[in-house]
Amino acid sequence: MSHVTDQIREILKQQGRLAIDVDSLSGDADLYQAGLSSHASVNVMLALEDAFDVEFPDRMLKRSVFESIDAIASALDELQVEVA
Amino acid sequence: MTVALDRDQAFLSAIRATADDVAGPNAADVDRNARFPAETLDALRAQQALSAFIPSELGGGGVSFEALATACFELGRRCGASAMVFAMHQIQVVTMVRHLEGAAWFESYLRDVAREQRLIASVTSEVGTGGDMGRSIAAVTPTSDGACSFEKQAPTVSYGQFADDLFTTLRQGPNAEPVDQVIVLTRREQMQLEPTGTWDPLGMRGTCSPGFLVRAEFLPEQIMPTPFPRVSAESMVPVSHVLWSHIWLGIATDAFDRARAFVRAAAKQKPGEPLPAAERLSHLLSELSPLRAVVNSGLRDFVAAGDGPSRESLSTIAAALRFNNLKIAASEQAPRVCQGALGICGIVGFKNDTPFSVGRHLRDSMSACLMVANERIHQTDASLLLIAKDA
Repeated sequence: MSHVTDQIREILKQQGRLAIDVDSLSGDADLYQAGLSSHASVNVMLALEDAFDVEFPDRMLKRSVFESIDAIASALDELQVEVA
Repeated sequence: MTVALDRDQAFLSAIRATADDVAGPNAADVDRNARFPAETLDALRAQQALSAFIPSELGGGGVSFEALATACFELGRRCGASAMVFAMHQIQVVTMVRHLEGAAWFESYLRDVAREQRLIASVTSEVGTGGDMGRSIAAVTPTSDGACSFEKQAPTVSYGQFADDLFTTLRQGPNAEPVDQVIVLTRREQMQLEPTGTWDPLGMRGTCSPGFLVRAEFLPEQIMPTPFPRVSAESMVPVSHVLWSHIWLGIATDAFDRARAFVRAAAKQKPGEPLPAAERLSHLLSELSPLRAVVNSGLRDFVAAGDGPSRESLSTIAAALRFNNLKIAASEQAPRVCQGALGICGIVGFKNDTPFSVGRHLRDSMSACLMVANERIHQTDASLLLIAKDA
């Protein structure tokens, strides 16, 4: 799991265009409050799909799924469970 | 169920009477003088229409969202500007009702809206954000006495001078990011509005929407508990697009009706003779029908999403694309229908003082593509389409 969250943090650094240093964010910190715009969030989603070789189905493409590092990790977890 | 239906029917028959007897007869004067449709608002207040959607336990009319959308259509057929003022007020009311979350201040405020028929305007656009409603510059600023204040430069505030209260988007604090927004309801007596421009536009002239510098002082409980981005995705954006598109359908429908009346009058004058305008009317019907279809399906989609936990589906990218597309499609199609009606009616349609005049319809409908500019919506959609799977 920690490897997954490291990768999520790396993607947020590259694509999130956050005003705050990603390393300073806790797992449950609100990414939108940290400045994640809807445009940047799409790039984060694309990068996550690429890095983890998954596709988020439409029902998961919503605000709450990408609101924190923990939320993203559990979404990825759910997808990999579904794939398995 | 039948009680609810009766309620909707009573509301709509009163709306139709106001549309026919007040909004319609004043529409040309409102348009010519770019003046606020005060008579129509008086009539709507008299029938308690400003609180129609507020639940009855808070003193409102408790009508359905479908009835509200139909009311926008009916008013739009008679006076686009009156319909737009009505719709914009209802967007604020629907948003508050759907996101109350037991907030005592907002419950008591909605009771005041019902009792006093207060008119609410919104201050969502801001100078310096390039038309992006998802960002704010102005911020909730704590004052030394535990209250809050803001100062916001708005490029347009529809009927700002005539509104009792304002619903304003702001950053949640002086250090918050531009996307970290809340929405605040402030009452007239808490605000100062300084006009920053004039209002002499092409259409929708009765909405009286110049720019304003808005300053307000208020209490922290006047900030809606739900953050604005969620309010926006689950309510404000889809509700706006559904209600606006009903107005545009209403305007286009009346333009079509005028073209039909013109064709019928021509047919009666020369019975049995070939009538090219009749064929053009048939072509125009095939332009009106897809507009009606897209508007109706937008309403159905919104109602189907419900108002319980299921409404989170409205915050999906797929839903954003659907309601953005409703707005784009309806706003592009309505002026086409109006222009087609002008082509059929000819000079009597072009003149502003005949029963077949459609100049106001055409001009009003042309505002549709720039109420949140379609090109900006396309930019957003282009980005969303990169990730959406089934849109």
